[in-house]
Amino acid sequence: MTRPPRSDLSDGPDRLYTVTGGRSTAGTHAFDVVTLIVTEQQPVPGMQSEHARILRLCRQPTAVVEVAAELGLPISVVKILLGDLLEAGRITARHPRFAPAQARLPDLDTLKQVLHGLQRL
Amino acid sequence: MDSNGSEAGPAARRIPLRSTADNAWKIVVVGGFGVGKTTLVGSVSEIRPLATEEVMTRAGEGIDDPSAVRDKRATTVAFDFGRITLSAESVLYLFGAPGQERFWFLWDRLFSGALGAVVLVDDRRLADSWYAIDRLEQHGMPFVVARNTFEPPKHSPQRIREALDLSPQVPLLDCDARDRESSKQVLIELVRHLCARTEAELSQRQEERQVARQEARQEEESHS
Repeated sequence: MTRPPRSDLSDGPDRLYTVTGGRSTAGTHAFDVVTLIVTEQQPVPGMQSEHARILRLCRQPTAVVEVAAELGLPISVVKILLGDLLEAGRITARHPRFAPAQARLPDLDTLKQVLHGLQRL
Repeated sequence: MDSNGSEAGPAARRIPLRSTADNAWKIVVVGGFGVGKTTLVGSVSEIRPLATEEVMTRAGEGIDDPSAVRDKRATTVAFDFGRITLSAESVLYLFGAPGQERFWFLWDRLFSGALGAVVLVDDRRLADSWYAIDRLEQHGMPFVVARNTFEPPKHSPQRIREALDLSPQVPLLDCDARDRESSKQVLIELVRHLCARTEAELSQRQEERQVARQEARQEEESHS
């Protein structure tokens, strides 16, 4: 019997592995860290507790990164859980509209909107 | 871990986004340990900065793989973030991230699609930001440099530009990361810089088009 290797994760990798049902990729859904998640169907009894927590949290739009912080789970794990909920139609995802793969910079109008938003603070 | 002061968790009451929110932007605040990233994020954020973490494998492959922690190929990186509601529809997220080389693999991953970056520097430790500036330039990500002046500045702006080898287009400004108005000005400076770049790019494209048209016209004339 040897001591199991130490993990960098305080929660323990096995727990994370269990949360995701052993899966390690988020399927085909590309969630950005700031994709806004919105609950479409309320949690039902018997649902995995993490799924239910996400559905309660996202009654108002909530970014993926905020879901991760609130659940205390790594972002990649949260993306897998969100993939489940999206597939089941329980959430919708509002993805960021700026995709720099297509354009180096967002258009001027958009930038000016951001600028005005900041100036109004 | 380069994450300071803020704890994750539901202890604080959540302030939800408006139900009309449908588009989020990202700005990254990067800098050395203890330079004030979390302070800056916190002073402009409408929520107390939250900490979250990402599991990262060291090799560039299977990076989305939480099961990799089982065989020690992975590590976790913590980072802080805050949020600013800009309008009924749009919201800006600010991410504070360690700028050291060993954390860079986090960046490509989490921060692709960011509008730009703020490099926060402490002028007693300018070398801490060299690596971050190199990488931002390599990625073509626009940035401004903000000197956090929690102590009287040690160097002149010109000396800082030299030490960081900043191109003249890159804005350099002083800020007090503890001060909301000052931190807000840093973000405004970044977005102004983005506007200027976009305008320059547009006019350059227009010029190129004009030159191309002129050449085509000359070509036609020489054939007729």
